[in-house]
Amino acid sequence: MADVNRGNRPLSPHLQVYRLPLAAITSIMTRITGHALVAGIVLITWWLVAAVTSPGAFACADWVVRSWLGFIILTGSMWALWYHLLAGLRHLFYDAGYGLEIEQAHKSSQALIAGSVVLAVLTLIVFFVF
Amino acid sequence: MRYITPRKAAEGLGSAHEGTQHHWAMTVSAVALTVLTPLFMIVVARAIGLSQEQLLAYFGRPFPALITALFVIVGMVHFIKGTRIMIDDYFQGGTRKAAIIFSVIFGWAVIAAAVYALARMGLGAIVVL
Repeated sequence: MADVNRGNRPLSPHLQVYRLPLAAITSIMTRITGHALVAGIVLITWWLVAAVTSPGAFACADWVVRSWLGFIILTGSMWALWYHLLAGLRHLFYDAGYGLEIEQAHKSSQALIAGSVVLAVLTLIVFFVF
Repeated sequence: MRYITPRKAAEGLGSAHEGTQHHWAMTVSAVALTVLTPLFMIVVARAIGLSQEQLLAYFGRPFPALITALFVIVGMVHFIKGTRIMIDDYFQGGTRKAAIIFSVIFGWAVIAAAVYALARMGLGAIVVL
């Protein structure tokens, strides 16, 4: 086992046509949301730095934050944060040895998608009502 | 034929002699962020729409400032380490090195910018009071 050949192993020729199972889609989405969150944190950091720079700089950053573009970035980041948080929680359970069966992973994937959307909608409602 | 069991290659720090620390650091920062993330959302949600003066006063207060500082620092360290995994998976050679260097510098630049802004706001509040 330790002497197994680790190079020159055949690669699957079906990577382009293989239909990803739900668990694989939610897994890669964890990575995508994690990296996409750069947009949100850069926007907020720029906004904070602009606030201590000058009224002109703040007016510019604040306009972007309050614009439709800012709304899309911040709302998207908010959903991505919830998604990445729930996916990260699932990873902690995986690490502890729970939920690794295919059926369980499929169910947790469904819960992940539904949970992140529900939390995002709730967050938006709370934000606009209060 | 070498008489080495699979366990020999896997136990302790493993064949690469590192990686365990990386995984553990991600676990610790992930647990911290599960608490910080909802708090940071509340802090930002309450800050959006404030005027510049109100914003300076808002982030001069301990709770918004501490949550924001902790979220950005822990979050970007988590980002640097998470990006490293993505880079290791998809890039090789010089591209990989360049991507890792860029990721680390970018992460700390964001931390520095946010902490600087918060420090300015906090010190400003002390001067005003």
